[in-house]
Amino acid sequence: MQQFIRQLAQENDFQATRLLKILRAIQARYFYIPKAAIEQLALMLNISRTQIQNVIEFYSFFHLEPRGQFDILISNSITDLMVGQAELINYFAEKLGVKIGEVRADGVVSLNNTSCTGMCDQSLAGLVNGYAITHLTKSRIDEIVENVNKQLPLDQWSRDFFKVEDNIIKSGLLLNETPIKGAAIKATFARGLMETLTEVEKSGLRGRGGAGYTTAWKWKYCREENADQRYIICNADEGEPGTFKDRVILNAYADSVFEGMTVAAAIIGATQGFIYLRGEYLHLYEKLEAILVERRAANLLGKNILQNGFDFDIEICLGAGAYICGEESALIESLEGKAGIPRNRPPYPVISGYLNKPTSVNNVETFLAAANIAIHGGEWFAAFGTAKSKGTKIHSISGDCAKPGIYEYPFGVTVQTILDDCGATDVLGVQIGGPSGTFISNDEFQRKIAFEDLATGGSFIVFNNSRNILDIVHNFSHFFAHESCGFCTPCRVGTSLLKKQIDKIVEGHGSAGDIVALEELCQLIKNYSHCGLGQTAANPVLTTLERYPEIYQSMLKKISYEPGFDLDKSLETARRLANRDDAAAHLAQVEE
Amino acid sequence: MNKSIVIDGKNVPFEDGQTIMQAATAAGIYIPHLCHNPDFTPHGSCKLCTVKVNGRNCSACTFPASEGQNITNVTQELNDDREKITQMLFVEGNHFCPSCEKTGNCNLQAVAYHLGMTDNHFPHFFENREVDASHPDVMIDHNRCIFCTLCVRASQQVDGKDVFAISGRGIDKRLVVNSESGLLKDSDLEATDCAAHICPTGAILIKRTGYKVPIGQRIYDHSQIDTVTLANEGASHDE
Repeated sequence: MQQFIRQLAQENDFQATRLLKILRAIQARYFYIPKAAIEQLALMLNISRTQIQNVIEFYSFFHLEPRGQFDILISNSITDLMVGQAELINYFAEKLGVKIGEVRADGVVSLNNTSCTGMCDQSLAGLVNGYAITHLTKSRIDEIVENVNKQLPLDQWSRDFFKVEDNIIKSGLLLNETPIKGAAIKATFARGLMETLTEVEKSGLRGRGGAGYTTAWKWKYCREENADQRYIICNADEGEPGTFKDRVILNAYADSVFEGMTVAAAIIGATQGFIYLRGEYLHLYEKLEAILVERRAANLLGKNILQNGFDFDIEICLGAGAYICGEESALIESLEGKAGIPRNRPPYPVISGYLNKPTSVNNVETFLAAANIAIHGGEWFAAFGTAKSKGTKIHSISGDCAKPGIYEYPFGVTVQTILDDCGATDVLGVQIGGPSGTFISNDEFQRKIAFEDLATGGSFIVFNNSRNILDIVHNFSHFFAHESCGFCTPCRVGTSLLKKQIDKIVEGHGSAGDIVALEELCQLIKNYSHCGLGQTAANPVLTTLERYPEIYQSMLKKISYEPGFDLDKSLETARRLANRDDAAAHLAQVEE
Repeated sequence: MNKSIVIDGKNVPFEDGQTIMQAATAAGIYIPHLCHNPDFTPHGSCKLCTVKVNGRNCSACTFPASEGQNITNVTQELNDDREKITQMLFVEGNHFCPSCEKTGNCNLQAVAYHLGMTDNHFPHFFENREVDASHPDVMIDHNRCIFCTLCVRASQQVDGKDVFAISGRGIDKRLVVNSESGLLKDSDLEATDCAAHICPTGAILIKRTGYKVPIGQRIYDHSQIDTVTLANEGASHDE
């Protein structure tokens, strides 16, 4: 192992910023990060062992204790639950002979839940040793169990397990274009860098991750900041449950995205770019690397790009299972080899980002749009959309509909139009923008997708009338508690309290005061949290409580107070110690 | 001409580069806080120092003061919410003031009194947390850690060591010690280190000194935390 780690550190130039990459390699080889590896790495990278320990404990895909040789993770996004995730993972566990969350005694296999893997249009989805698997059914699970028990190496498994479909159902302005291999760079230098920035400004392009900051301004501020180095980062940490459009864009239009990054780099004056690819999209890594190699060979990357005297290159960095890294400053921390904890702002990344240099972090789709704008001009893009939301938006549509997949619409499209196109009937409501977005009821389907009305990063989950609102809220509340980075009190403690409070109500232990307490807690988390995760973590409760107060009320018991714990369950230890299990050793939760 | 901000209707001068907290403290205005200490880089995690800047919530300890800021600090709404954030810290850990040797000298307890906190409001987590009594002179009671990182910062910035760190994610966060065994005795912490004395709660304690000052004669037994803080932290900025 010593030799392996020495070589690994050397390959990564002994750079602490590459810590995630190094740990991914160790985890893949040994199925955990051994203590000795931490000690050796701390010396070789010249960082403290606690920094390495923190990174291991922070990211879901790193472990201090061995996982199985086959580490199987099953996505527990709401769309997975809707196709019977709970039953299927139990079936999986039973067939494998392993408990969920644990490693089988022979060390061959481990099984656990994981947050949304971005395969919501091909649920039930999961990961085997980091590689995406889709369309899991009982028969496919049986085949996997057989492979695992035979200890068949992953590269000998049927390729069918790893098939990931693009499912582009409706193309528009951007998806109708072919991948760009140099045309945008040529157009940019022919027109002039500042002139191209003006075109991007004219296009009205706003960040496609959901926050909607004007792209041209970001680039402008970054360009204007006095510095010897600047960075361009593509945020491909698509973690919002229900979102998978970046996965498809990177599979089908990677050249355009890299081209957009290159154009942006030329404009802001960056020579180095990164694409931060979420760990769940490991299956895309080799393909993207190959495209980068091609682009270098075609002089679209590297030195003196297309003889314009401009140097730029792109490095792919993989995440390791942390939703919070989609937040731009947490992403930057992660790129620096640290836990993904959002920074204090100001300063903003455009002033002080990666390695404290001016950095522009933009979404995958933003770069796709920018590359096309560089070719066709701002007006071409701005001709579509609404007053404050120009152009088109690419949506990831999943849930109760006949045709889940990728749909591109100009901004201003109504929810009803999308529902009609994707074949959704008997609809209860739609979760727009993922758990951090808004739940809208079937009274609101004339509302429009736009920053002025329903802002979204692209997640669109349809629920029909057979679904229970509280199941959805329950799933989302657990998600946020699991993904909170834990930096600030309101989010760290608040999301866990919120999870408990929702559990209490869903399990039927709520009473009169519990809705008031729920709302108060939501406001606290929303108003006082450090970053967007906490500020939106209560949205599932707040947006459904506003629309369906009666559903919450109906779950409450008609008593004035219900303790926040299960009284009878709490007596379990006492019963065991007293070796009793008679009727008198049990207590009712409240006097009936 | 002096630049100024307005806090609760009062003009407060500031210099470029100062945070709202620094300007307020220098002007004798107390903003409740736990993770902040003027001797170290601000952290901004406890969120008790949240103030409204032109209507928007900001952490006073990290947010730069600038012209045109109209700030509210002491309002019923803010103090009620600060109380709830303090209650969150109380239920997250295991804080039993009457049996804690830090009682009376504890900032968490004092801030709770200052905000009028009389109960824990939220359901307790009752997490099993450990005690590390391995070091001959210093002990860690993890039950009382609020993840303020003051010990982390003090060790790095004052002691020139790197004894402490916060590890883990979300509610599983925990204080860890930089030693091969993970135990305090194997770290290079000494009882004279700043990091051993900086804890705002009773999580890091010097052994055999707990009751040298009797209860009744402790820092917050006769003074409120606002007075004590302004006297200490205001002074450290007057150099």
